[in-house]
Amino acid sequence: MKFTVVLKSILLGIPVGITVIDLVGYVARVDGISMQPALNPDLDQADYVFLNRWPVRSYQVQRGDIIALTSPKDPTLSIIKRVVGIQGDIVETIGYKNHIVRIPEGHCWVEGDHTGHSMDSNNFGPVSLGLITAKASCIVWPPSRWQFLNSSLPESRLPLNLSPSTSVLQSAIQYACNIIS
Amino acid sequence: MSKYLWRFASSAGFIIQCSCVAHCFFHYVGDLVLCSGPSMEPTIFSNDIILTEHVTPKLQQIQIGDIVISKCPYNPEQNICKRVKGLPGDKIHTNYGRTEIVPVGHVWLEGDNSTNSTDSRNYGAVPQGLIKSRAIYKIYPFMNISSLNR
Repeated sequence: MKFTVVLKSILLGIPVGITVIDLVGYVARVDGISMQPALNPDLDQADYVFLNRWPVRSYQVQRGDIIALTSPKDPTLSIIKRVVGIQGDIVETIGYKNHIVRIPEGHCWVEGDHTGHSMDSNNFGPVSLGLITAKASCIVWPPSRWQFLNSSLPESRLPLNLSPSTSVLQSAIQYACNIIS
Repeated sequence: MSKYLWRFASSAGFIIQCSCVAHCFFHYVGDLVLCSGPSMEPTIFSNDIILTEHVTPKLQQIQIGDIVISKCPYNPEQNICKRVKGLPGDKIHTNYGRTEIVPVGHVWLEGDNSTNSTDSRNYGAVPQGLIKSRAIYKIYPFMNISSLNR
């Protein structure tokens, strides 16, 4: 009798759990060095982050957000990167086939903080917003690393259309992009 | 008073449980989709309802000839219904006699109505991560219920 009660609550609990994971968020371990130093600064101790579904429910992301997305190269893989440019931005790339890229509608440009050691948009180009699954909002483990993850973007990686020093250059690039497209 | 509260709490719990089961079913097993637009004529017309399953895309078992529902690459809130014409590594003849090789992790989608369809010929190969489900049956209008299997 007790056994069936336990079994029944497990069977009813699984769908509730899956729904919470799908709609609210879940905790995931960060693998690899691509987001150093924001995540995994010490390789011996992996960070666990809370991936929040709620902020990306309507695919609204801001520059500087750390997001989790399905890899465009391997749909079974989930990757964690920082948003550098949103649609309409003009981004100076690091080793992509074009030196300057205008982000198309419904796409964004994502990069790992650890430049050169990250499989990111410099490798596969702008990614569709539909691939975004969650926003990393805080580090939950280990306790010494408890913190919220803020949106921040180094000055050097600001898209060209926002960077103040290049406003003349930017208008020239914008003009060139308009002609091309 | 506490009796009513208890009754309210237990019925609310029941409703939450039911909606969670429904969510899991529609998210992981299958659902019904109302199609609109001419891009899949003559296979699927506007306002047809199709039955889809979500298992094949989750297991990465999509094959050439499947009709899939995918998120639109440039507007994630919109869905598109197209036929898979190419898998990674396949050579595709696009407009103007160009050929393109489908990149790793992507598929090439085209509508059956090639003269009136916005598809991979316009926006390139689509990441497999955007594919939501595979169409298996057309169930409305009832006059021509038919299988959509390859």
